[in-house]
Amino acid sequence: MNDALTFHFDVDGENFVSAGQASVQVKKNLRELGFPPEVIRRVSIAMYEGEINMVIHAGGGEADVDVFEDRIVIVLTDRGPGIPDIDLAMQEGYSTATDRVRSLGFGAGMGLPNMKRYTDEMRIDSTVGKGTVITMSILVNNR
Amino acid sequence: MRVSELIDKYGMKALSLPDPDREIAGGYCGDLLSWVMGRAQQDNAWITIMSNMNVVAVASLSDVSCVILAEGVTLEQGIVDTARGKDVNVLSSEKSAFEIAALLAPDV
Ligand SMILES: Nc1ncnc2c1ncn2[C@@H]1O[C@H](COP(=O)(O)OP(=O)(O)OP(=O)(O)O)[C@@H](O)[C@H]1O
Ligand SMILES: [Mg+2]
Repeated sequence: MNDALTFHFDVDGENFVSAGQASVQVKKNLRELGFPPEVIRRVSIAMYEGEINMVIHAGGGEADVDVFEDRIVIVLTDRGPGIPDIDLAMQEGYSTATDRVRSLGFGAGMGLPNMKRYTDEMRIDSTVGKGTVITMSILVNNR
Repeated sequence: MRVSELIDKYGMKALSLPDPDREIAGGYCGDLLSWVMGRAQQDNAWITIMSNMNVVAVASLSDVSCVILAEGVTLEQGIVDTARGKDVNVLSSEKSAFEIAALLAPDV
């Protein structure tokens, strides 16, 4: 396996109106690297959903993206409240979003299911009171 | 049909039109952003009444051909500038989401 290209981002937890900058930057980078539009779209949406979750549920965090020729790996790390019941959180429609966040169009409880749908592998490690690490892989030649 | 054709054919107003020749294939109506990201497809026209900055990000990352704001909704200038910078087409129509979808359906 060739060395990966890596990108690191600090995700600001303060401003959820302009949240999503890391995902937008990754989209740009993947485009310049010549990945197929469908792969870029899947990476972009999965990462954006995860990035927004860190902002609205965990007060921000960090995003690390490893780009290999045949796959893209996204790791999202936060020190937020953690997810007490991951099976429940994964259900379509489950959300603890505030009214303020809902008024912006978030809070449908579809973000984690979307992340699962658009990626080939997804793993959630979460400890209540400590934080959450979400690892997602997208294979390039899979669909 | 191309995005630019929406202006003359249906009297829509272009708020941001960096990519007027982009082809529209199908459409999606919705205001909850994660539903849009989960269900809208590449090149769809996305019809919504939401008008905050996140709409531009979702449109860009979902790779839709354009956003059509229904019910005469418009965008703040700062959001228009962001849309142009991110290559996102945004139009506005006085019609309801239902009426817009019905108009476009035979053409896209
Ligand atoms: N990083 C996180 N830290 C703590 N809790 C989280 C995190 N990500 C998700 N959750 C919890 O899981 C729930 C479901 O997340 P999901 O992304 O599916 O929906 P949502 O963010 O509430 O709404 P949507 O994504 O549709 O805008 C959240 O409401 C929240 O309670
Ligand atoms: Mg979410």
